[in-house]
Amino acid sequence: MSGPRIEPKLVESPEFRLAIITVLVFVLMAALSPERFLSPQNLTSMAFQFPEFAILALAVTITMMTGGIDLSVVGVANLSAVVAATILTAFAGAGVVGAAAVMWLGIAVVAAMGVGAVAGFLNGILVSRFGLPPILATLGSGLVFTGLAVAMTGGSAVMGFPAVVAVIGNATLFYVPVPLILFALLAFGLHVLLTRTGFGLRVTMYGANPLAALFAAIDVDRVLLKVYVIAGMFSSVAGLVIMSRANSAKADYGSSYLLLAVLIAVLGGVNPYGGYGRVVGVVLAVLSMQFLSSGLNMLQVSNFARELIWGGLLLLVMVINVTNWAGLRARRAPAKSG
Amino acid sequence: MGSPDTDALIEMRGITKRYAGVTALDEVDFVVAPGEAVCLAGENGSGKSTLIKVLSGVEQPTEGTIRIGGERMTGLTPRRAAAAGVLVIFQDFSLFPNLTVAENIAFVSELAEHRQFFNRRAARETARRVLERIGVDIPLDARVEHLPVAHKQLVAICRALACEARLIIMDEPTTALTEREVRRLLGIIRLLKDEGVAVVFVSHKLAEVLEVSEKVVVLRNGRKVAEGPAEDFDAASLTRHMTGRDVARASPGAFGGTAETLLKVEALNKPGSFSNVSFEMRRGEVLGITGLLGSGRTSLAKALFGLVAPDSGRITLDGQNVPLGDPVAAARARIGYVPEDRLTEGLFLTQSILRNVAVGRLDSHERRGFLDMKALIGEAGDWLTRLKVKTPSLSAPVTSLSGGNQQRVALARWLARAPKMLILNGPSVGVDVGSKAEIHDIIRDLGAQGLGVIVISDDLPELLATCHRILVMRGGEMVEEIEGGSITETELAHKMAS
Amino acid sequence: MTSLITRNETLVAVVIVLFCIIAAVSDPNFLTVTTLSDLLRASIVLGILAVGAMLVLISGGIDVSFTAVAVSAMYMTTKFSLAFAPEMPWFLIFTLSVLLGAGLGAINALFIAGFGLPTLIVTLGTLSVFRGFLLTFVGSDRISALPPDMREFSRMVIARGTTESGDFYNLPWSLAALVAVVLLTAFILHKTMLGRSIFAIGGSVESARRIGINVRRTQVFVYVYVGALAGLAGILHGSMNRMADPFSLVGLELSVIAAVVLGGARLIGGYGTITGTLLGVALIVLVQNSLIVIGIPSTWQSVTIGALILLGTGLPAYQAKRAAARAG
Repeated sequence: MSGPRIEPKLVESPEFRLAIITVLVFVLMAALSPERFLSPQNLTSMAFQFPEFAILALAVTITMMTGGIDLSVVGVANLSAVVAATILTAFAGAGVVGAAAVMWLGIAVVAAMGVGAVAGFLNGILVSRFGLPPILATLGSGLVFTGLAVAMTGGSAVMGFPAVVAVIGNATLFYVPVPLILFALLAFGLHVLLTRTGFGLRVTMYGANPLAALFAAIDVDRVLLKVYVIAGMFSSVAGLVIMSRANSAKADYGSSYLLLAVLIAVLGGVNPYGGYGRVVGVVLAVLSMQFLSSGLNMLQVSNFARELIWGGLLLLVMVINVTNWAGLRARRAPAKSG
Repeated sequence: MGSPDTDALIEMRGITKRYAGVTALDEVDFVVAPGEAVCLAGENGSGKSTLIKVLSGVEQPTEGTIRIGGERMTGLTPRRAAAAGVLVIFQDFSLFPNLTVAENIAFVSELAEHRQFFNRRAARETARRVLERIGVDIPLDARVEHLPVAHKQLVAICRALACEARLIIMDEPTTALTEREVRRLLGIIRLLKDEGVAVVFVSHKLAEVLEVSEKVVVLRNGRKVAEGPAEDFDAASLTRHMTGRDVARASPGAFGGTAETLLKVEALNKPGSFSNVSFEMRRGEVLGITGLLGSGRTSLAKALFGLVAPDSGRITLDGQNVPLGDPVAAARARIGYVPEDRLTEGLFLTQSILRNVAVGRLDSHERRGFLDMKALIGEAGDWLTRLKVKTPSLSAPVTSLSGGNQQRVALARWLARAPKMLILNGPSVGVDVGSKAEIHDIIRDLGAQGLGVIVISDDLPELLATCHRILVMRGGEMVEEIEGGSITETELAHKMAS
Repeated sequence: MTSLITRNETLVAVVIVLFCIIAAVSDPNFLTVTTLSDLLRASIVLGILAVGAMLVLISGGIDVSFTAVAVSAMYMTTKFSLAFAPEMPWFLIFTLSVLLGAGLGAINALFIAGFGLPTLIVTLGTLSVFRGFLLTFVGSDRISALPPDMREFSRMVIARGTTESGDFYNLPWSLAALVAVVLLTAFILHKTMLGRSIFAIGGSVESARRIGINVRRTQVFVYVYVGALAGLAGILHGSMNRMADPFSLVGLELSVIAAVVLGGARLIGGYGTITGTLLGVALIVLVQNSLIVIGIPSTWQSVTIGALILLGTGLPAYQAKRAAARAG
């Protein structure tokens, strides 16, 4: 494609660099332990593992595009899951099968998504109408959401679902794990939303310069509101996947996922100051993270070491990107001395 | 380079500064005597900022010598320049909003003394002494964030004085001040000069400070093009030297058309900003709104576009009521607004030129939620071509453009929406001379095409050259209405100030 | 002109008083020396961490890694002491932990001051690096056989006894550590140029650079000092609980930050007072320990803290936004 384009060329972008890294990690892990890493079992189990935190990363991504952040994603996910689980255990229970089970699952899913939307709406209101810094707004609301989940359950796990619930997290469709399909749909949807709709372009432009967005007659409050609602609903999908895979819901599941989600977004090239980010990058970041952690698992590296490596990776990527961001930041706050 | 001028406070000789092939300063001599006030004039890009950066140690000259108080300075840094008594007051004053007046004033001098411990009483004492010296009364314990702009500037001056300044360089000192505040500032400058403190004003609007100045130095394209006693200059001759030609253009004259009323503003009120503003504008008319800073002109402009919510009043465009305080509704009513500060308000600097234009037209190219990219990009490209934006690539970031071209991008965004009325706030601020004339041509064309154009500006030649009618604001009220071509620049300046 | 900070402090103080009144009405045992000494004990670690977090907020950053620093310094110190010098006197143990904390803080400083990275993301990263390192390479067992002198310290009290009405109270020496930290930090913030520079860079980094404040050095100090405070808080925590638990403390950072922002420190930097922070700590400790007394089940604890954060930061933010709109 030639002529003027609205997107920068892919080859020049950080995503291209990331694609190479992803392939390198894959090749490295495959070389270290070919028979295990490349085994069908491992590949499938990877495909079951990553979607839940990858979806959370998508939620963080869209808020980061506006120069904000959503620290409440895990809280929203767990609250949604607890609400869904409560409905499933209170009205359906483990013994229910057939149409009744499917119906209750449907109701639970809708309720969970509703919780996500309301939670996101609350975040959006706090950020846009009340002008709270996103870090504090979502930190506070995250505590509230987690706290509500604790209050509802007394801190213990909710379990005893109809068997059909396992479909969300454990089933396959034409050999493809359902959670992977969910992630793929959401990722594709977000990609289209960000690149092919007016809303997506507004999100990017707002992230690039909120004041100019206001002066360009963009309805900034509504854009922010939508962004946080989307982040909330994505989080609740993640919550449902976690619930289904664990066959239970609990207020403190996935507590390490917040770091992971932020890490993936940053690794994926999303600018934490806003204005730049591509879903392709986030997907590549997810894949490289999963290859890495799966490979480490195979090399008998503990969970704690994985946390160490993730954190280290986050710092490393930030240092590599620092020159780009330093430039962006300087331009966002131009000095008036010249 | 001749023998050093032993009486001079500052003596810069043969200063040349090159950046990667661009010569920003070319063999410039610049001398300031103790107690002297010098106007350093020049357009944007003339090299005046670079000269100041070299003098204050922010940049090193490629060639040339600097003497301060007769002492040859090599490898000057901001701290060394400050120690030698050369202090710069930036346009944004560089104060700390969260600290008190006393602390802001005393901070630099205490740093300079390499103190480790902070003594609140001593800081207050320092501040009190300096404030007394210039005869100003500002509460020492007030936080700077709560002060009005003029007081912030005085605090910045006091901070320089607390460092025993021998030369204070003031960057655009009057742009943010009201007439009365300018008077007070000039009084203080006189006082300082009597005490032997020299002052350099860096500005492109110098008429206001000419009366306290001894000398004027004009830079253009990195060269010194004029130097002489201040009495020899007036606003017109300064402009001529700065731009290298007479830029005054024929006024479009009074509005001749008989077109119907486009805009009707009735009794618009916003306590503290403007009161009871009413006026009308016809289709095809170019209307100027002017006034000094604090006259309410910018608040009014923003109110017309919904960025400021008036408490009462009515805006009608083409017979339709425009909701107050809602920029999205104003844009939907086909009002456009090009803000004054392109870099922070007007443009998305990290984004491409195309996107900067396309962002205004997202609604129109959305089909069932999806953007018609081809049409969107095509249209943006067309407008950029029509406005003669010169660039090798429309996908390049908008920062790659010159000031004049950037302003065209901001204009294109609104013109693409086919507005009925366009508000241009400071349309040629920070634009080079050549582009300025072209932007004025564009403004006149817009009027000729039947748009209503409001030009908000304090650049009098600009108003005279583009507007059919000029409204003058003072203290938040419309005080005068002037037909184009019926007034000279000097008369207009008087009407603004009196 | 009343500043937002005074209002925030008064607001928190009023909430604390109301809380105590309701608590005293519903439970007559609440207003006793026993409760007070229990709450004071519970405030020590939180208070020291909060003073550190406040310093970071004043400088214009945010730190979420300090709990990981605290637990790492504590656990490594304990391990070291047990392995090489079980007879170490308590002050050497404390010094070692403080130094380790400062060292970890220096790593934060490297990324923040050295590379100029966003503070939230750096400290999120170091949080997991420190914790991951600790649990992978140092150990993941809870140690209850502490070095004798560390255990000894927790028994040292300033005052202990029973009042005439039979209420038991106990003020440990670790309370003196909190007092010392508060005094030292107050001194640094208000009486040294370094402290004023921390306020200055929080107010405007650009202005600070222009007037010749060494921004990097100031930031390095902030993060190293906060690390040192975390090291102290960590070892106190271990000593007071008579156990070195590598899984403890992490997760507490949100409560600490809650306390600090409730006390009036602002995320944009430049604002924060020790009084406000201590009031915030008091409120959080009350909520964590005595929520049940005023009739709210303790499972609602984090909802309450979260709501307090939103209210405490939302009100001033909303007022500021309204004021800006009014000014036009």
